[in-house]
Amino acid sequence: MLLQQLVNGVMLGSTYALVAIGYTLIFGVLRLLHLAHGEVFMVGAFAGLQLVLLWHFGPLVALIGGLVGAALLGMLLELVAFRPIRRRGNSHLAPIVSTLGAGLVIQELMSKYFGAEQSAFPSDLHSLSYDLGPVAVTGTQMFIVGAAAVSMIVLHLLVTRTRYGMALRAASDNIEVASILGINADTLILLTFALASALAGIAGVLVGLNFSAISPYMGIDMGIKGMAVMLIGGLGSIYGAMLGGLILGLGEVLSVAYLESAYRDAFTFGLMILILIVRPSGLFRTGLYPQR
Amino acid sequence: MLSSYWESVAIFTGVNCLMGLSLYIPMMAGLISLGQGGFMAVGAYVCALLTRADVPFGLALAAGGGAAAAAGVIVGTPALRIRGIYVMILTLGFGEIVRVFFATFEPTGGASGLGGIRPLTELWHVVVACAAALLLVCRIRRIRLGRALIAIHEDDVAAEAMGINLTRTKLLSFALGALIAGIAGGLYAHQALFIDANQFDFMRSAVTFLYVILGGAGNPFGPVLGATIVTLLPEMLRVVQDWRMTIFGTLLVGMAVWRPDGLLSALRPRGA
Amino acid sequence: MNALLSITGVSRRFGGYLALNDISCDVAAGHVHALIGPNGAGKTTLFNILSGILRPTSGRIAFEGRDYTGRRPDQVLKMGIARNFQHVRLIRGLSVGENVMIGAHAWIDRGMVGNALALLGLSSAERAAAEQARELLDFVGVGGKRREPLELPLADQRRVEIARALASRPRLLLLDEPAAGMTPVEVNELASLIRRIRDREVTVLLVEHHIRLIMEIADNVTVLSAGSIIAGGPPRVVQRDPAVIAAYLGTSDEPAFST
Repeated sequence: MLLQQLVNGVMLGSTYALVAIGYTLIFGVLRLLHLAHGEVFMVGAFAGLQLVLLWHFGPLVALIGGLVGAALLGMLLELVAFRPIRRRGNSHLAPIVSTLGAGLVIQELMSKYFGAEQSAFPSDLHSLSYDLGPVAVTGTQMFIVGAAAVSMIVLHLLVTRTRYGMALRAASDNIEVASILGINADTLILLTFALASALAGIAGVLVGLNFSAISPYMGIDMGIKGMAVMLIGGLGSIYGAMLGGLILGLGEVLSVAYLESAYRDAFTFGLMILILIVRPSGLFRTGLYPQR
Repeated sequence: MLSSYWESVAIFTGVNCLMGLSLYIPMMAGLISLGQGGFMAVGAYVCALLTRADVPFGLALAAGGGAAAAAGVIVGTPALRIRGIYVMILTLGFGEIVRVFFATFEPTGGASGLGGIRPLTELWHVVVACAAALLLVCRIRRIRLGRALIAIHEDDVAAEAMGINLTRTKLLSFALGALIAGIAGGLYAHQALFIDANQFDFMRSAVTFLYVILGGAGNPFGPVLGATIVTLLPEMLRVVQDWRMTIFGTLLVGMAVWRPDGLLSALRPRGA
Repeated sequence: MNALLSITGVSRRFGGYLALNDISCDVAAGHVHALIGPNGAGKTTLFNILSGILRPTSGRIAFEGRDYTGRRPDQVLKMGIARNFQHVRLIRGLSVGENVMIGAHAWIDRGMVGNALALLGLSSAERAAAEQARELLDFVGVGGKRREPLELPLADQRRVEIARALASRPRLLLLDEPAAGMTPVEVNELASLIRRIRDREVTVLLVEHHIRLIMEIADNVTVLSAGSIIAGGPPRVVQRDPAVIAAYLGTSDEPAFST
């Protein structure tokens, strides 16, 4: 039973991690809190759902659809809601206002088009089941964990082995440095939005599979949790976001299983507050938190 | 006088103006709270419970404000050592905690909410409250506290070097803002007559933020203007009513790109 | 003689970089004490430590005999040490007068009651702070000027910042390159201002590059180079010290600077 809960926790936690990594990538490069990221996650889920509903594709194609759809939306957001502000460069408040506004627009448009109620996310994986020793794992669970793991590994390789990844890490210190590496700052930012959004889109489809339902309002909850995870893991730390996501997922599942379900959200925010009081820079220090 | 429908609209407008002002104070210090809805909820529930126990309205409002202010201190304390983004995430999380709390706490109605609230709010209450809050905010600017808030916003290193205790000042700004939001909550509850956790969710906090951004965060009349426009416009134009969030969201993006200082500063020519 | 300010064995590391290496120095009350040295010598780092913005990696600092290592900047200010900044940090959102009144923030504190009175316009502390601001602006030579701090010429902005520091009624004033960017005429005015500050019984610790200014007004000079003290004493003595000359120029038989 415990093992079962652990598997659930890892599944949930990986989706949190994927979203939190997106926040972290964007914050690391731009010092921006992307308040529409939760909506990007939600749109990814719906993009995947459309592929399943309209053309009866399987979860893998849905995943790719969610990834692509979210990445496109993310890039659109960068071009429309962020780049014009970056050009002016005067207000630190403006980017936050802009992404918040964009998030509101996306949410209402999606809600008007798809209806405010939940939509079912069908999948053949639900019926598959495998036995791994004492635990019975469904096809869904294997798919989710597998997809999340692959995503994080690919991300790790991207960040550590490619020129883009090098520029990304350099830009986290200073955006000007990216141009020294021959990478245009504008392109770098656009790619970062795309990458972060793609991860969120993947998470969206995975969450849809996990709960077999999605709604236009799922972005708010995940958005807030993703930010909390970023904070817990340490601002700007990708690995912190991964670890923080897993901790949060496990904590939520375990507290629902062994305490009351009402305490689920209390765990999230209680942990966040604990970290803020005890270790405000988060699990992994990145130097982005101002110290004396 | 006004028909009872428009009187109701006026009351809600006033409540929203108070909410805008409640955010204005911490924003003077550069603290962006995305959790004012949470403070409003605390004030609303406390006030409603007290009037149910026959406590006089004025006292209940004050108690609701006081409870909210205490919450402001509690929320503000982890916010002291953090800046900018962290404050936003923290206050956002606080707002969510409050929402979840009232949605599951059975003694206050849980998910079914709290109903049967006495209709005690009248227009003059709201007008007086708004006037008082505006006066308070304008006066704060003229005294030691206001100078400290502005200094902290612009340059907290220099501010601290000049003897300003960052902790105390930031906490005070949180508490004052929460107090006003709590009173707004109490007034709201006794006009809406039914409250539940979902009325004080992130949307409430986000829209409060919209009031300030739209009207301008540089002047106390900014949030009032923003709140008035955002509340009245849907009443006047049906099409706005249906697409409220899209329009407001687009407004936010537009403001951010073209008028980051808000409408009010756009109307006033920059002094020489 | 008891030193007003005692710096003992202070070192400061930034990662692998040793910015200050075992600095020990005393500042006597009533003196104008200058801290000079080539760029990158660690002077501003030392100031940040003295004003509480940075903690030393090791060593202690004491003011009026009391160890205050590790205190916060606002606590340091309340003890009686005020400072200006190398790059003027006036608050743009406040008028010139209000900027100076910020300096008085600590001593006009009358608690919650005071805040309430001030809201009603009944605070004598507020009036006192405003009056003091007017007096200090006259004292530094900016009296009666315009209200927007950033519209003032640089020399006036520096003076306003000094007035702001003086508003806290300090016994020790830390001045970080107050003469930077000033014309010779303005430097003379600054020298006279520093003398008047000393006459008000405020000790001054001054970081400067303007050697002429230092020769004129400093009672004592400490020379810092690459994080270590290489010389100390009255200005004329230090001026001729070969180690000092070498630090500024490489090596030379000529005095590094003449007055």
